[in-house]
Amino acid sequence: MNAPARLLMNFEVTPTSHLLAEYQARGGYQAIEKAIRTMTPKQVTDTVTTSGIQGRGGANFSAGRKWGVINLNDGQPHYLCANADEGEPGTFKDRWILENAPHLLLESMLIAAYALQVRHAFIYIRGEFDLPYRRITAALEEAYAAGFYGKPLFGSDFTCDLIVYRGAGSYICGEASGLLTSLEGKRGYPRNRPPRLTVRGLYQKPTVVNNVETLSNLAGIINNGPDAFKATGTKKSPGTRLVSISGHINKPGVYEVEPGRPFREFIFDTCGGVPGGRKVKCIIPGGISTKVVTGEEVDRIRLDNEDLATVGSGMGSGGMVVIAEGTCMVRLLQVLLRFYHHESCGQCTPCREGMGWMHRIIDRIVAGQGVPEDIERLKQISAWNDGNTICGMGDAAGYAALGILAKFGHEFEHYITHKRSLCDGNLECRASS
Amino acid sequence: MKHLVAEFDALRARFPEGFSSSMVLPCLRRIQEDRGYVADEDIGDLAAYLGVPRIQIEEVLSFYGQFRRAPVGRCHIEACRNVSCSLLGAERLIDHLSRKLGIRPGETTADGEFSLATAECMASCGTAPMVVVNGKYHESMDAAKVDALIEANRVKAAE
Repeated sequence: MNAPARLLMNFEVTPTSHLLAEYQARGGYQAIEKAIRTMTPKQVTDTVTTSGIQGRGGANFSAGRKWGVINLNDGQPHYLCANADEGEPGTFKDRWILENAPHLLLESMLIAAYALQVRHAFIYIRGEFDLPYRRITAALEEAYAAGFYGKPLFGSDFTCDLIVYRGAGSYICGEASGLLTSLEGKRGYPRNRPPRLTVRGLYQKPTVVNNVETLSNLAGIINNGPDAFKATGTKKSPGTRLVSISGHINKPGVYEVEPGRPFREFIFDTCGGVPGGRKVKCIIPGGISTKVVTGEEVDRIRLDNEDLATVGSGMGSGGMVVIAEGTCMVRLLQVLLRFYHHESCGQCTPCREGMGWMHRIIDRIVAGQGVPEDIERLKQISAWNDGNTICGMGDAAGYAALGILAKFGHEFEHYITHKRSLCDGNLECRASS
Repeated sequence: MKHLVAEFDALRARFPEGFSSSMVLPCLRRIQEDRGYVADEDIGDLAAYLGVPRIQIEEVLSFYGQFRRAPVGRCHIEACRNVSCSLLGAERLIDHLSRKLGIRPGETTADGEFSLATAECMASCGTAPMVVVNGKYHESMDAAKVDALIEANRVKAAE
């Protein structure tokens, strides 16, 4: 097998590698110069469409097709916003980019802004982020001082300003329309679509919201051409994916993965397997809103969207959580449902009431007061949510519950019948046990 | 809030025309940084300054998890209890913190020095479990490390 492709993590991280001087020494800010000097905005969009890059936030929508909706001659302002509200539990890949390659994001946003003729761009960053916020604002100051932002670039009349906007602690603001409502200084309520955000987004103007990782690939796509990008990954999911892996795993962290490699090899060879040599019970492959994949399924599938779809899951946001044998799945679902209940924005009845209902049921089961109908009730509420809410959060919570109930239903039956866990009732994998 | 108006004016100059409403979050964040929480009088002052309805500010304050309407301890500890942190012992860590400080999550010690809260995923899963102390991340924590953290803050308070 060839050396694994590196499109984003292609430099050595040092205490100074995030600074402008070193980014430029690595060839930084040449892609935006190439785009402005040799390409029209339309050609940039076409290049991105040809590359086939899909959104890295979880929905896998073609970035080029999203951009294609923007009419460059409609005479109204367009906005661009990077979604850095990374909050999907298990996901910390965008944080890696913000901390270690902030200029890659800033340059790539200039390319997107040029293609979409954006005067004002935004980075919506989650409010809790500390170092990532300091790194990206410091990088932006450097970029302003060097004249990449706020001034006409390379002899053209294209100028772009960028504002880093901090959230204030809300999971739902990671949803693109909720994010824009929050950026308008209101509660982060998601909006009904249509109209799409590319038609009516921020302050009712056409707006493109892209994930940090999606945007960060643009500099490479312009520099090396769309065909080089397509040459990596699989036919349907070109490029690489940043995967953040955590939980019961020996080498947690962020890895750049070329989709299509065997899942098992990634877990055991690259990430060192499970502590104490335990077996994998299951893996949450792409943030907690994707369905769990059992250890047996991990052994036989490849790590890409197509293969994960055959077991009812997907790459999602790239937030992978490994769960070792012996972990109580009832308690795990309790953590997930508590989270969804806590983060429901409260706009839609099925999600607002349903999450609370599911949370109360699972609490009751864990307290040893579950009744046999509870399992069916959890499935029923999940089904009621699916497709009946403005945003995907109601669906996602249902998928998480259905995934666990389908594959580990016997643990729930045991807990309800015997009023205690089939395992030791812990989530922690203690070396001594 | 009045002494922050110059800062807010500078911030407003960076936003495009017509983005006054967008200033609500950054201004509230700054007010809270300054005072430790958002007081009743701040709401009226900010509504008047930005020209947005008072209800918009009230709504925002009650929606976002990071905004506070009352003071917390001088050393405010938030401990993540989501999936990855729980898989690596967050529950035990939170119990330990509770016992050590003599308060439950959501409470403040009688001397006003420490307050404890639970939090959901902070994107620090690869270095779980984690706590945030006054906005600063402390990762790969265990009982001994949080003890040291608390002691360091006690010493700071005594000085």
